[in-house]
Amino acid sequence: MIKKPKKYSVFSLVRNALSYHENWQPAWRNPEIKKNYDAIIVGGGGHGLTTAYYLAKNHGIKNIAVVEKGWIGGGNTGRNTTIIRSNYLWDQSAALYEHALKLWEGMSQELNYNVMFSQRGVMNVAHNLHDVRELKRRWNANRLNDIDCEWLNTEQVKKFCPVINTSPNIRYPVLGATLQRRAGTARHDAVAWGYARGADAMGVDIIQNCEVTGINVNNGNVTGIETTKGTINSKKIGVVSAGHTSVIAKMAGIKLPLESRPLQALVSEPVKPIIDTVVMSNTIHAYVSQSDKGELVIGAGTDGYNSYTQRGGFNIVEDTIMAIVELFPIFSRMKMLRHWGGIVDICPDASPIISKTHINGLYFNCGWGTGGFKATPGSGWVFAHTIANDQPHALNAPFSINRFSSGELVDEHGAAAVAH
Amino acid sequence: MLLINCPYCGEREQEEFSCGGEAHIERPKNPPELSDDQWADYLFLRQNIKGLQFERWNHSFGCRQWFNVARNTATDEILAVYHMGEKPPKLESNDPITPCGEPKIGSGNFSTSKK
Repeated sequence: MIKKPKKYSVFSLVRNALSYHENWQPAWRNPEIKKNYDAIIVGGGGHGLTTAYYLAKNHGIKNIAVVEKGWIGGGNTGRNTTIIRSNYLWDQSAALYEHALKLWEGMSQELNYNVMFSQRGVMNVAHNLHDVRELKRRWNANRLNDIDCEWLNTEQVKKFCPVINTSPNIRYPVLGATLQRRAGTARHDAVAWGYARGADAMGVDIIQNCEVTGINVNNGNVTGIETTKGTINSKKIGVVSAGHTSVIAKMAGIKLPLESRPLQALVSEPVKPIIDTVVMSNTIHAYVSQSDKGELVIGAGTDGYNSYTQRGGFNIVEDTIMAIVELFPIFSRMKMLRHWGGIVDICPDASPIISKTHINGLYFNCGWGTGGFKATPGSGWVFAHTIANDQPHALNAPFSINRFSSGELVDEHGAAAVAH
Repeated sequence: MLLINCPYCGEREQEEFSCGGEAHIERPKNPPELSDDQWADYLFLRQNIKGLQFERWNHSFGCRQWFNVARNTATDEILAVYHMGEKPPKLESNDPITPCGEPKIGSGNFSTSKK
């Protein structure tokens, strides 16, 4: 039987304080693997866990296994720069990311887990005439899609983020910016832990340190998976394995339009509050925010070649730091503390694939590339719908794998906010 | 960062090069007869291998010549460099033991010939 986890509240905090915080229970179980499940999710990152959560919550499928190669929160979910926004250009993406943003707004309450969602605003800075035109186009597109967005001129940018260098004499002067005030950041580990706890409470088995080594297909129907912990059977398998999606797809003989590349990020030593928003610049490729611990969180670009090594080239970091220092001269003597990479799966049109395949019962949710974190709850929501009903939700119908044959691509290279 | 042995200029830093993606994808000989799926396969679908991959590189900030590289994408080891139009060499690569597993050595551009 599944024991319901104790609700977190100020009372539980006090009660546990009295016992010196020695009696907190694990947030999710470490279950025995069953032979059969109604659905298996391959990949225990944010998107995989939300898929399991919404399968259980919205569709009543509770006999689910989430199979994770490493540990929960150890992959890209714990490696990204935590930016959440929905200011995408095209209607299809705007609808998908806005749905996710709305779920973010109620997430901490729904999960009874503080994900520290902070709507501190995301500012996309323009540095030349082309940027101004493109960002104003995006601003108007957002307004038409009922997504909050504002245009700020140089003075307003300076007022909103005083540490930014708005001198007209720098190589790429600040000519204006779009601002989405409802956008912001969240604590990425907490998102994984919160959804893991929520899914576990509904009976989902979270199986860590279990690597998938094969997918069993019989007569065009999926029957289960081979793992390092044995065979697990299920008629529905959802693959949400980010950078390793092509490797998993190959096990079922499927070729995908993905390329896996390292994407790097770095954080500085912690300092007092200095920047209370997220600043992104496409032209000079820089994005920065400050975590609650006080560290500057800086995102770099992807390497120009495929790799699974989880570390990128130093030249990429160098380029990003040059841009940050020009835009924020005040940061020039900050020391960087940590630096890491994650493997992202990039689609030719920079939009995700959330789709059925030609194999019955095998579904893919991939291609989120450099910007999947913001979509975590929305992605799981629509993918759960796709798996439960064997047909896509209206929101992810445009993101079918068939778009690469039909030519109906959703080209979001420009709206990726920074070019990768 | 990789150190790439350009067949025309010798070893140079990777910043001088641009990667042209998977090698040995042949342009269809009969374009008008191709189905949409076949076009998708040629234009978009990629093997995206974890392990030994054959890829094209261009020495864009050097001699501007194209050439092929055999690289292990699980370790970033460059195993061979060969000219355009040549057949891929037969190589042993240090692939991960399981498909999604990690190799024994981490990333780094170690040349196998200098072992």
